[in-house]
Amino acid sequence: MAIRQSASRVITITSGKGGVGKTTVTANLSAALARMGRRVVCIDADIGLRNLDLILGVENRIVNDLVDVVEGRCDLAHALIRHKAYPELFILPAAQNRDKTAVSPSQMIRITDALRPQFEFILIDSPAGIERGFKNAVAPADEVLIVTNPEVSAVRDADRIIGMIELLEKRPPSRLIINRVKAEMVKRREMLSAEDVTDILSIELIGVVPEDEAVLIAGNRGMPEPNSRAGQAFTEIARRLLGENVPHSHTDASQGFFKRLTRLFTGSGTRQGSVFDE
Amino acid sequence: MSSFWERLLGRRNQSGSGTVAKQRLQLLLVTDRSQLSPETIQRMKDEIIAVISKYVPIAHDKVEINLEQRQRDNWLVADIPLLRNAQHGAPPESSAESPTAEDA
Ligand SMILES: Nc1ncnc2c1ncn2[C@@H]1O[C@H](COP(=O)(O)OP(=O)(O)O)[C@@H](O)[C@H]1O
Ligand SMILES: [Mg+2]
Repeated sequence: MAIRQSASRVITITSGKGGVGKTTVTANLSAALARMGRRVVCIDADIGLRNLDLILGVENRIVNDLVDVVEGRCDLAHALIRHKAYPELFILPAAQNRDKTAVSPSQMIRITDALRPQFEFILIDSPAGIERGFKNAVAPADEVLIVTNPEVSAVRDADRIIGMIELLEKRPPSRLIINRVKAEMVKRREMLSAEDVTDILSIELIGVVPEDEAVLIAGNRGMPEPNSRAGQAFTEIARRLLGENVPHSHTDASQGFFKRLTRLFTGSGTRQGSVFDE
Repeated sequence: MSSFWERLLGRRNQSGSGTVAKQRLQLLLVTDRSQLSPETIQRMKDEIIAVISKYVPIAHDKVEINLEQRQRDNWLVADIPLLRNAQHGAPPESSAESPTAEDA
C-alpha cells in the first residue's frame, strides 16, 4: 500500500460527562471527512458499551473487535469494517462483552501506530469518565476534541478533563465542540452561549452544533445526515480540522459581536457582568 | 437605558439563567482548578496577612488577595499596601524597631 504523503492525525473525542454527544461527533466528523475524500478510521474505545457501529449502521457486519486485535485473535485489517456509503471510512468496533481493562494505553498506541501509515485521520470515540477508558482513549492522541453541552454540569466536567489533558506528558492540543445549542434559548439568555462556554473554559472553539432532531433520526437509520443543520455544523468542523478558516456562523457569532460592541462602548475588556450596573 | 440600546448591546436579560450559570461556573472553577475550598482560601489569606504583618505594618483594610484565572492558569494575586513607616515619619501604631510586633 502506498505511503501517504501527509502525516496521519490521531484525534480523540472526549468529554468527562456522558451523553453529551461524543459518539455523535465521532460518527459525523468521520463521515464528513470521508465525504471530502479523506481516508478515515474511527475507533470505538468505549469497551462494553459499544455504540459507534450502531450510529454508523454497521452493527450487523462486526466479525472481530478491538479486543480481538489486542489479544491477537485476528489481525487489524480483519477487524476493520468498511462503510458502504463512504468507501473511505472504516470502523474499528469495541468489544461488547468485556470491560475497559481489556485494553491498556500502550496497546492503544500500538494499534494507532499500526493504522497511521494507511489513514490520514484516526478518530477515537472515548467513553465517559476519567478512568481507564479515558486514559486508553487519550494515550495515542495528537489532538483532542472536547465535547460539551451548554449546561453547568457538562461545562464543569469538561474543565476537569481539559485539566487532565494538560497534565499528560504529550500535552495534545485541545479544542472545544459545543453541542446541542438552542439558539432561541441563548437569545433569551436562558442558555449559556458558545462564547460564554469558551470564555469559561479558555480553550479554542472548533465548532458549535445546534440541537437538531435530525441527529436522532440519523441515529435511528444508522446513516449520518449531512444536509441537516447539525450535519452542516459537522461539515464545518471537518473543514476547520483540515485547516480551512471557516467563520463561526451560528447565532453565537452575533452574540459575540454585541458583547464586543459593549466593550467598545464602555472601554472595558473585563468579564461580563462587571460592565454595567443595573 | 432604552430597550433599543439594551437590545443593541445584547444585555436584555442580565438575570437570565444563562448569565447566572456563567457567574456560578466562574466561581466554582476557581475552587475546582486550585483544589482549594473557599474556606481554605480564606485561611490562607489570613495567614499570609498575619505573616507579613509580623515584619511590616500593613493597611489591613486595603489588602486584596485573590485567586484569579488567567487563561487556564491560576494566579494568586496579592495587593498588600504597607503603611508608611518610621524611615519617613512617625509609625502609625507599632514601633518600627520591633519587626515582630503582634497585630495591633
Ligand atoms: N446536536 C444534537 N441534537 C439532538 N440530539 C443530539 C445531538 N447530539 C447528540 N444528541 C443525542 O444525545 C444522545 C447522546 O449522544 P451520544 O453521542 O451517544 O453521547 P455520548 O457518546 O457522549 O454518550 C443521543 O441520543 C443523541 O441522539
Ligand atoms: Mg458514546
